[in-house]
Amino acid sequence: MKHIISLLMENEAGALSRVAGLFSARAYNIESLTVAPTEDATLSRMTIVTSGSDEVIEQIIKQLNKLVDVVKVLDLNDGRYIERELMLVKVKVKATGALREEIKRISDIFRGRIIDVADGSYTIELTGSGSKLDAFLEALDKTVILETVRTGASGIGRGDRILKV
Amino acid sequence: MDDSNQQKVGQISGAEIIMRCLQEENVKFVFGYPGGAVLHIYDALFKQNHFKHILVRHEQAAVHAADAFSRATGEVGVALVTSGPGATNAVTGIATAYMDSIPMVVISGQVPTAAIGMDAFQEVDMVGVTRPCVKHNFLIKDVRDIAITLKKAFYIAASGRPGPVVVDIPKDITAEFAEFDYPKTIEMRSYTPVVKGHSGQIKKAVKILLEAKRPMIYTGGGLVLGDASNELVKLARALGYPVTNTLMGLGGYPATDKQYLGMLGMHGTYEANNAMQDCDVLLAVGARFDDRVIGNPDHFLSVPRTIIHIDVDPSSISKRVKVDLPIVGHVQSVLAEMNEVLAAETIKPDAAALKTWWAKIDVWRAKKSASYDGSSSTIIKPQYVIEKLCEVTKGDAFVTSDVGQHQMWAAQYYKFDKPRRWINSGGLGTMGVGLPYAMGCQLAFPDAQVACVTGEGSIQMNIQELSTCKQFHLPIKVILLNNRYLGMVRQWQEFFYENRYSESYMDSLPDFVKLAESYGLIGMNIDKPGDVEGALQDAFAMKDKFVFMNFMTDQKENVFPMVPNGKGISEMILGSDTNANDAADEMEG
Repeated sequence: MKHIISLLMENEAGALSRVAGLFSARAYNIESLTVAPTEDATLSRMTIVTSGSDEVIEQIIKQLNKLVDVVKVLDLNDGRYIERELMLVKVKVKATGALREEIKRISDIFRGRIIDVADGSYTIELTGSGSKLDAFLEALDKTVILETVRTGASGIGRGDRILKV
Repeated sequence: MDDSNQQKVGQISGAEIIMRCLQEENVKFVFGYPGGAVLHIYDALFKQNHFKHILVRHEQAAVHAADAFSRATGEVGVALVTSGPGATNAVTGIATAYMDSIPMVVISGQVPTAAIGMDAFQEVDMVGVTRPCVKHNFLIKDVRDIAITLKKAFYIAASGRPGPVVVDIPKDITAEFAEFDYPKTIEMRSYTPVVKGHSGQIKKAVKILLEAKRPMIYTGGGLVLGDASNELVKLARALGYPVTNTLMGLGGYPATDKQYLGMLGMHGTYEANNAMQDCDVLLAVGARFDDRVIGNPDHFLSVPRTIIHIDVDPSSISKRVKVDLPIVGHVQSVLAEMNEVLAAETIKPDAAALKTWWAKIDVWRAKKSASYDGSSSTIIKPQYVIEKLCEVTKGDAFVTSDVGQHQMWAAQYYKFDKPRRWINSGGLGTMGVGLPYAMGCQLAFPDAQVACVTGEGSIQMNIQELSTCKQFHLPIKVILLNNRYLGMVRQWQEFFYENRYSESYMDSLPDFVKLAESYGLIGMNIDKPGDVEGALQDAFAMKDKFVFMNFMTDQKENVFPMVPNGKGISEMILGSDTNANDAADEMEG
């Protein structure tokens, strides 16, 4: 089953490689990983999307907690949470024509925004859960997609579920 | 930072700060080897007399010796190596200590800060290289961080589940100046190891133990590292339950005690392995259900039993085997609390059930699975040498071993009644540790008997350390069980590869007596069973001499019992099986 794990770690050189190294050394799946400093510059917040049996997820949480640089770990799937990911998609469109309209319509339906317009292409910005972004790509004709870039998921607990030191 | 290469009043160099830190930590020995990146450190070392530096002949041995010093004393071992090849040579030693959770601080030199990343001479990314085999590591980038970083390193190494910590220090940092201020204590928000176990869980554990019909106590290296042997003995005696130790846990419970069933695992006794499989309540203490101990986890879990697991490391719990009652905490503290709860308890263990259980165990014991055919008057059996070693040293020596058949025989036939006496590489299984391990033990306890049980394969992996032994007058006794084979490899080839002894014969061996003598040490050749005991007595009578004893042993002897790889713990081949070789073939098929 897919899990989204959030963690706070000391914002130190090499901290990211300790987490990445742990996942490869122990053969854990890693679907995406995002990391950036928080409002407290000494801390980084990381979101890891992984999958595995309950036993494997339990070990992942324990092994992450064991890393000396890791301050706190939270499995967001243990409660209610929000997941968001940002995607940029560049699609091939002629300067005029029906396809331009069609792409604009699909983008609107998914609440995407066209952030760059060129003679031969649109670049669309889209935010949402991973599955929503997947659905958007499915809705597009594969042959028009020139390039996609995704940030990987960020997650946060709902209401008073707060991950803080 | 700009002016830190100008010494001001009250400031000392980075190299001197390192010396002061080691002094504050009461370090007695630093095992090391100099080189370019650590020249400032060695210059500061030359000017101090708080600790002794032991110059080894290869960095791997420095780390092993520091590791053994820690295993024997419980203190943090310290090694010092230069950058690049010095650092990479240390890696095997670091990984060995990591697998067995040995507290150690390894200081490695690094190229100057400005040269990092430039592919400089003797540059290697030590923090990157060691990341998977350390508890933690640091690269120091400011002279003012040396003291706090070393304080953290010693704290992390020794607390919680112990382990090695690497501190990588660029050469320029050791030449810069700063004031020395060593923190008395340290707190880290990201690292807060648990000490006390959950009281509710402890009470539940005692209740489950008292309700047991077929109880079993299984303890590992964690019990030894946690210095909880006394607490375990008290608990086991109060309950009257059988006890087994893992390879890493030998000496945790006295081997000569009647409640002791011997070692368990791949080469464990018939009674220990069967009791492990058959018990209805299992108390696991500082042990981790690894593959060499319980074999196939599915086979182990095919019968129901309630498992209580005490460990300082939460990630050890329910890793290979799902546990019913976890207790996370320092084993000494948890066992002490269990003893208190038990003392206040009015319920007693089920005497009738226990009697039936012990009767069953005695039937298994009667198999005498740890025995061998000692009838030959011409060929020395390796097991016999260990039995005599145990007798001659009155079971009171520090015994180090290398890795292979000799290691298993030493574990089976030397009776360890005290913890921290059996020093071996259990987790990583590193050939070549034996001699440097003996050095670490002998330096820690100069008057103790130290025996290095080894094979002709293993001893040659760090044979250069004979020179170190000569330099520091270490009166170690090397017990070489020389069968001219890489014995454990040969045993598996005999059992599972139809006797195809691929590259497992050791040809062109040196004359070990002459080799020892060339270092000014004493060498002995022993090739008759009748000479074994006398030779051992002669050797150990030479209290201040290093003696290299070359025992020519049976080439075809195998280690029994044996649980073939991937089999269940109770699916053993015994030496008494009419044809152990065929039995092994059949099980493998």
